[in-house]
Amino acid sequence: MTIELNNLTLIYDKHPAVHHLSATIEGGDLLAIVGPNGAGKSTLLNALAGLRSVEQGKITGLNPDDVAYLPQQTQIDRSFPLTVTELVATGLWQRIGFHQSIGHKHQTQCEQAIAAVGLKGFEQRMINTLSGGQMQRVLFARVLLQDRPIVLLDEPFNAIDAQTIADLTRVIQSWHKDQRTVVMVSHDLEYVRQHCPKTLLLAREPIGFGSTQNVLTTDNIKRAQRMVEAFDESAPWCRKEDA
Amino acid sequence: MMELIVPFTEYAFMQRALVGSLAVCLGAVPVGVFMTLRRMSLTGDAMAHAILPGAAIAYLITGISLIGMTIGGLAAGLLVVALSGWVSRSTHLKEDTSLAAFYLISLALGVLILSLKHSNLDLFHVLFGNILALDNDALLLLASICSISLFLFALLYRPLVIECVDPLFLRRSGIASALAHYGFLGLMVLNLVAGFHALGTLMAIGLMILPAAAARFWVTKLDHTLIAAVVFSFAGCYVGLLTSYYFDLPAGPAIVLSLGSLYIVSLIFGCEGGYIKRVTSKRHLEA
Repeated sequence: MTIELNNLTLIYDKHPAVHHLSATIEGGDLLAIVGPNGAGKSTLLNALAGLRSVEQGKITGLNPDDVAYLPQQTQIDRSFPLTVTELVATGLWQRIGFHQSIGHKHQTQCEQAIAAVGLKGFEQRMINTLSGGQMQRVLFARVLLQDRPIVLLDEPFNAIDAQTIADLTRVIQSWHKDQRTVVMVSHDLEYVRQHCPKTLLLAREPIGFGSTQNVLTTDNIKRAQRMVEAFDESAPWCRKEDA
Repeated sequence: MMELIVPFTEYAFMQRALVGSLAVCLGAVPVGVFMTLRRMSLTGDAMAHAILPGAAIAYLITGISLIGMTIGGLAAGLLVVALSGWVSRSTHLKEDTSLAAFYLISLALGVLILSLKHSNLDLFHVLFGNILALDNDALLLLASICSISLFLFALLYRPLVIECVDPLFLRRSGIASALAHYGFLGLMVLNLVAGFHALGTLMAIGLMILPAAAARFWVTKLDHTLIAAVVFSFAGCYVGLLTSYYFDLPAGPAIVLSLGSLYIVSLIFGCEGGYIKRVTSKRHLEA
């Protein structure tokens, strides 16, 4: 399953957040999207997740039903009175919808997902009592339960301790081994160098795309920093051809 | 002891008041629990005001008519929901602002329309309801709204929970997110209209919010909160009606005040974050 980004432009208030991006994400890729703040990483991920419209160009080969999306934790209301199991079980939504009951099979799957992220024994804990790292484990368990061929992760390891990162990296690697496509936004270049074979370096415009080693060069990173700072209120309208 | 039961066995109007208010509670309180969890308590208050002009216009046309005022209230409430939802989704205004704008227009319009009739008594009736004068038709209406509301609530329960915890999760699966959002606002309007027949537009929201707020001081899990809130609301209505009977007080405010007392007692004595518990409990476990 190949995802094609074809001359993609995403706009915030007339300014391009992602500018004329073309790239091919192969099925089974483990791809990191990196770049400075304001480079359009999360915007691009939102577009891939189908959460925002595409102003110019196209994304092809991406069926929204195939996607499991893990947003940044700030999007989640942790004061809501749910248990760990209940939150993980929301990952069943695409399969059971409004009315199908949660059967024995589903319960077992929930338990397995919770165990796989190292939270055995936490099943009945309320989510407002969890630490940031534990909450991230819960959200990974939900993605496991969603069981989709494409996984999108938005800065999954922001403010997360080393042990949790190591455990959840094993989960990401298991997805990679299962030939799922994983796209993750990250700020941690060291992590990306170690764990992600492919990288898209973004500074609104694509600076580099391909094997991580070739993309994350000192030159490219400097160039990305300069590009993203060039935000011009009096810039003329972009005349680049729409493909 | 008998004093606690006699008013309800002796007088049909007290029986009707009790049955009617319990029916309103059963439908409205679960919705109220979600309103408190979604930080929409004041949104509900705004919505209650928005219902007024619909009821007022219906009253101008049909007089004090059960069906007319129900339809009028529903229409006005749903119109405000739809308009403010549309504005907040398609402009940069947030939902609270757009809702406030429409409810204020609606409220002013309602008061203006009612004043055309030159009767403060009618205004009083619409604002504060009349639980002690429920007839068979009114009871049937309240029971029907309660049934419809419970059915819709059960249907929307899952997407509603997900929408509360993680709104982006559902937005990707298209229709369910919009259904949960507008369906919930619709449920709110429906129950406010039922509540307005019983307690009036201004008090109706008290029946939804106070038991829910009280319940959260006693239990933590969502299902327990729903059950506790409904039980609290039943108790509040019963005590309120008794108080109004023995002390000759207006029933609507008596019910809301007894629910309010329950809330304040919970605030102080509640075992989940109540004031005394927080001040006295300094002990801690080893791990």
